[in-house]
Amino acid sequence: MATHLERKHTLATRWMHWINFPLLAMMMWSGLLIYWSYQAYSINIFGFHIFAFFPDGWLDSIGLSFRLAEGIRLHFFFMWLFAINGVAYVIYTIVSGEWRSIVPVPSSFKRAPLVALHDAHIVKEKPPQGKYNDAQRIAYTGVIVMGAGSLLSGLAIYKPTQLAFLTAMFGGYQWARWVHFWITILFVLFFFVHIIQVILAGWRNFQSMITGHEIVEAEPKNEVVT
Amino acid sequence: MNEDKDILVEEIRELRKPTSRGTADILREPRHLSSELTPDEARGKMAAMTRRSFLLGGAAAAFGVLGWRWMSEETKYGLLRKTFELNERVAQTFYSPNRLATEFRRDQITDARTNGDIGMPAEFDATSWKLNVGGTAVSIDEIKAMPRTEMIIEFKCIEGWSTITHFAGVRFSDFAAKFAPNNDRRYVSLVTPDEQYYVGWDIEAIMHPQTLLAYEMNGMPLKPEHGAPLRLASPTKYGIKQIKRIGKIEFTNERPRDYWAEQGYDWYAGL
Repeated sequence: MATHLERKHTLATRWMHWINFPLLAMMMWSGLLIYWSYQAYSINIFGFHIFAFFPDGWLDSIGLSFRLAEGIRLHFFFMWLFAINGVAYVIYTIVSGEWRSIVPVPSSFKRAPLVALHDAHIVKEKPPQGKYNDAQRIAYTGVIVMGAGSLLSGLAIYKPTQLAFLTAMFGGYQWARWVHFWITILFVLFFFVHIIQVILAGWRNFQSMITGHEIVEAEPKNEVVT
Repeated sequence: MNEDKDILVEEIRELRKPTSRGTADILREPRHLSSELTPDEARGKMAAMTRRSFLLGGAAAAFGVLGWRWMSEETKYGLLRKTFELNERVAQTFYSPNRLATEFRRDQITDARTNGDIGMPAEFDATSWKLNVGGTAVSIDEIKAMPRTEMIIEFKCIEGWSTITHFAGVRFSDFAAKFAPNNDRRYVSLVTPDEQYYVGWDIEAIMHPQTLLAYEMNGMPLKPEHGAPLRLASPTKYGIKQIKRIGKIEFTNERPRDYWAEQGYDWYAGL
């Protein structure tokens, strides 16, 4: 065992990760301004009304009502930055080989539950872990797929006549809107789980997303000296 | 198939190793380790990198936040409007009049909604109405005598809701061929008789085969609240552009005024 600095996240990954945070936040904020004008979605189970997006007067109370035009202006500005950042990230990840740390393999889905059981202190055995474990691989790849889903459903809503085939792929205009909305809710859920996991993982892990490096005690293996 | 099996066997062998990193080993994820350091060296380097990264990241965040705050509302509005125009150019570049909106069956028609009455005061004599096309007065009978086109399309409001609606009327392109032949103007301006509501259309979208001057809706003569005697109907723009109770039509090279564009919405509003 010896002390090393391990390079965990490249400069490009870190920038794109952190830039994505305010961009996605702006897309959601402007999306809320747009959503105000037609509040179509709620959770209903077996015909029982559970929760409406959003409770009466909630958007009013936080000052988001009657701002549709502003919402559209912001949404159709930040969409470019969000899309460019996302596409750049995917291309970079493929070209640089970083995908090896991120994508799951079929057997990941068998090992992922082990991660959850271990995190819940039910199973002692540590799940195999490279840079990420299998649950992380599924989550981080999933969130990229969600981003792609946001872009495509967004396009289907934006140009439903010129891109009628795309809108049809989502099952029509209102279904494309439905997909666009629920992906956003999934982003919010992802965000909260992500924050909790980062807090639980501790300062050194968080630091590695800032500096790119982490102090490790390790037998060098597949070593690439940087 | 065999190859798949080989990979699977290799996967299992890899996972059984006591040092297995699981999927990381299967996908040959490299590690990037520095040369061996003393713990003090490592901590020192880490502290320096942390300072530098936080300073840089903090500066970038401050630059973003303060830059956005520093911009005046007018500058921001101008930037966002410019983006609308950029989006319009992109949409125009890829625009094709051959791409049609999906049409629906009669049994899919949903109830129509009324959302706006600007430019449509209650006092209005539909019987004496004539359409002013570049100075020429055209009666509703002349329009109804032209080839009739019907469509059942999804009418989309910029607010997000939509209805499946049947329209019957004259294709705008047919109408233009008759009443404004050989014109090469880039825009069309449409205004209500009282000039309180007005929209501008790019020539490409208004000449789209699914843009109609409609006098019937859902199988009935157009009702006053839906824009009798004549309105625009098209799946190429949001409802805000589908002006009701048209009074005057002009072909122009200047971008026409547009009611909702003046309220901060996209002038193009193209679907």
